[in-house]
Amino acid sequence: MNNEEALKKSLNTLKSSFPIMVGVLLLVGLANQIFSNRYAEIFNGNLLLDPLKGALAGSISFGIPVTSFIVGGELLSAGVSLIAITAFILAWSTVGIAMLPLEMVTLGKKFSIIRNSICFVFSIIIAILTVWTLNLLNL
Amino acid sequence: MIKIKEIKKGTKFLLLVILLYLILGLGDFDLIKNGFLYTLNIFLKIVPILFLLILINFLINKYFKPKSIVKYLGKESGLKGWIFAIFSGILISGPPYILFPLLKDLKRKGMSQPLIAVFLYNRNVKIPFLPVMVYYFGLTYTIVVSFYVIIFSVLNGLLINFFIRKKS
Repeated sequence: MNNEEALKKSLNTLKSSFPIMVGVLLLVGLANQIFSNRYAEIFNGNLLLDPLKGALAGSISFGIPVTSFIVGGELLSAGVSLIAITAFILAWSTVGIAMLPLEMVTLGKKFSIIRNSICFVFSIIIAILTVWTLNLLNL
Repeated sequence: MIKIKEIKKGTKFLLLVILLYLILGLGDFDLIKNGFLYTLNIFLKIVPILFLLILINFLINKYFKPKSIVKYLGKESGLKGWIFAIFSGILISGPPYILFPLLKDLKRKGMSQPLIAVFLYNRNVKIPFLPVMVYYFGLTYTIVVSFYVIIFSVLNGLLINFFIRKKS
């Protein structure tokens, strides 16, 4: 494939997903306005429910992963449990409710639903394992 | 006049989101204003990534032949494919709404679905973002989380393979 064809194909790939991309970004912006000030209320220290809530909040607040670290860091300072924050961070970058329409269109409906479900469960399991490992290391 | 059926799915989705903004704006204008500004901020941040992704996509289209993709990431790629998917997931940056079209292209060229899942899961171990994680949570935490993410990315791929084969 020559340069012109390769570039044209690359641009077309992006062009076809542009309306969904803009729509998704607008949803992310809206979701952040609605939920960002309520995270501290949602997490109350329950070791079983916190990672579940963290994963749920992370799934809704989909966006650039580095933002989740900043939000998570601030919540940790505010006293939210590490287990909830870990699930929150992991779900933020692996589970995407807002991204689901785009993922289903590009990668397939069945694949997207299965992948997101697995990632949701994994974010909770990894959060528990991480805190357990850190406790084991006495950190 | 344009008929609704003629509008592409993506455009319909965008129009629905704009409609949602308009409805919410009637009740709380500040909410949608801040939401829009937040979106604009994200968009400005991702512009360089968009160019990078166009470049990566261009290089893939130009130099990667389907056979070589299949060789490293296809169904018959074996252990190398899994390792290649882990490293690609860690090294190739970009939000999923940019990566999905790229992966769709790779899938068309032979990348298997379990490896796509492995690739996407390793977004959690993004090298440029790790210093921020270390800053907030410490080095040990970052190492432990990254370790589990890599291990679970493989489990993720295996489970995707199992469920898709089972449903098929």
